[in-house]
Amino acid sequence: MSAGAGVRRKHDRARMRRGRGVAVRGALVTVCVLYLAVLLLAPLGGIVWQARKPGWSALGDPFTRSDVVHAFWLTAIIALITVAVTTAFGVIVAWVLIRHRFRGRALLNGLVDLPFALSPVTVGLACVLLFGRGGWFHEFFAARGIQIIFALPSMVLVTIFISIPFTIREVQPVLEEIGTEEEDAARTLGASVLQTFFRVTLPNIRWGLLYGIALSAARAIGEIGAVLVVSGLIQGRTETATLYIYRAMEERKTASAYAVALTLAGVSILILAAIEWLKHKRTREDEA
Amino acid sequence: MSEPIRVQDLTKRFGDFEAVRDVTFTAEAGSITALLGPSGSGKSTVLRMIAGLETPTRGRIWLGDEEQTHKSVQERRVGFVFQHYALFRHMTVWENVRFGLAVRRMPKREQRARVEELLDLVQLGPFRDRYPEQLSGGQRQRVALARALAPRPNVLLLDEPFGALDARVRQDLRRWLDDLHRELGVTSLLVTHDQDEALELANKVVVMHEGRIEQVGTPNEIYHEPATAFVAGFVGSANVLRGQVVAGHVQVGEHRVPIANDVADGIDAQVFVRPHDVRVGASAGGAGPARATVERIVTLGWLSRVALRLGDGQVITAELPSDELSDVGLGDEVTVRVRRARAFRTSDALGVAEPAGAGARGRSDA
Repeated sequence: MSAGAGVRRKHDRARMRRGRGVAVRGALVTVCVLYLAVLLLAPLGGIVWQARKPGWSALGDPFTRSDVVHAFWLTAIIALITVAVTTAFGVIVAWVLIRHRFRGRALLNGLVDLPFALSPVTVGLACVLLFGRGGWFHEFFAARGIQIIFALPSMVLVTIFISIPFTIREVQPVLEEIGTEEEDAARTLGASVLQTFFRVTLPNIRWGLLYGIALSAARAIGEIGAVLVVSGLIQGRTETATLYIYRAMEERKTASAYAVALTLAGVSILILAAIEWLKHKRTREDEA
Repeated sequence: MSEPIRVQDLTKRFGDFEAVRDVTFTAEAGSITALLGPSGSGKSTVLRMIAGLETPTRGRIWLGDEEQTHKSVQERRVGFVFQHYALFRHMTVWENVRFGLAVRRMPKREQRARVEELLDLVQLGPFRDRYPEQLSGGQRQRVALARALAPRPNVLLLDEPFGALDARVRQDLRRWLDDLHRELGVTSLLVTHDQDEALELANKVVVMHEGRIEQVGTPNEIYHEPATAFVAGFVGSANVLRGQVVAGHVQVGEHRVPIANDVADGIDAQVFVRPHDVRVGASAGGAGPARATVERIVTLGWLSRVALRLGDGQVITAELPSDELSDVGLGDEVTVRVRRARAFRTSDALGVAEPAGAGARGRSDA
């Protein structure tokens, strides 16, 4: 066997291997696209399809109904409060978990993911147990005439609970990565703790924080399980947009259910677009 | 404006680990004092305690006549320069330098004038609108220095300020800092593991090892009269020989090495000899100086490094001008004389003791 033949054979083998590599990669991409298309795009397409059936002009009809308008308002209010609370506390918790070492820190850090693991219905049930008739805190609030369960407070509470991890988990790695040197520098330059936070720490974590906020907002808007349990389903009072869809389906008012669902999907897509833009922005800044 | 820094019995414990122990020294007003030591010697912790970034477990700190021990970082008015610059990455050069003035609510017009002044001082005026990531390492450290100096600090604390820079840039910046210090005269405390940096810049050097002070002295004292085996081995390069102390000499094999410091008779000792304190001569025969065989010659231009094996097998390295070596070749038997040798009890030298024959150890660019 000549040396040339050996080289050629080696070359052929390499090309074959490369050919197989392309085939495998192609198969993987196809699987990935199909998987996501079937599971993500098909339902969305279905909603659009169903919503436009009565004609595009009829799409706006449900929004003239007061219970639909109220449902959207309620969703917006719950989402706003949730985002405000999870943002403020999320940053504090992330900061404490990253910057401080204390007994029980690992446990607390693990606990943050609890809402991911728990079924939202369980969360709602726990809320009812705490604040419902005979619950630990029922007496306290009832005596002061504050309605918790079957009212806005419990709905906000469970939504916050479910949205807790997002901000924390997005801010933590960023805080870890930027380290403490810039904060130390700010302190030696005469900045107070608050000045240091608002002028140095916050600008450094802003993209991660905004990403966390977007995720929390999307989660809060879409939440149904926990809210369903604590809301009591009172039309025009404790009915959020997702709960409205749920009821409309039961009452076979499919047209308005699809219209509202389409609107919620639209909001989610907007938030998703915002998240993608933020991600892009963040990686670009990291590379710079 | 400038104040002396005084620390007394400064101690810092992290859990069970004692990072700093009973550190006491004074950095004179207007001078540069260097805290020199290997990494992990506690020198940065001392600096951070002076700045207020760490709380001492024990001990006291003064700036001038004012005790600082329990004051917050903000109240201390220290300028701090970090190894990795710690510039605010989302701010321009201008905003970085202005930061210390803005948080102290200096009037806007004065802020502008002061920032101008400092950018001129560090020669970075044209870079005012750049972000830190658009600057070179040397430029970043100049911005960091300008930022630290802007609020007119009482003292300047520098934590390995040139540690992250190339050797060349480091040299330039060192000279530049020296000039700047002459101009400003602000009391400066410089933490470094680089002995050249300490010896070149500082009026006074505090050598630290394992959380404790080994020696405080002028660069000359530290280099020529090391107080401990650690200092002798850490500052500058040194040959380490083993022998026994006999009446002001150390017996190394058959040779009697004169020593410059007082050590008790009869103990086992390590002898530290600078390579440039080793003299090599042609063998004259007969009694007198020690004899050795030339094992290796490395010529670095004008300077040559010669490894010599003594009669008892220990190796000593000599450094001498290359032209003094013309009549010496490999394998030759030569005479060796050493001067300014310093002996330390072997047990004192634990931790830095090297096997005999390790020869000269260069420490300049560890």
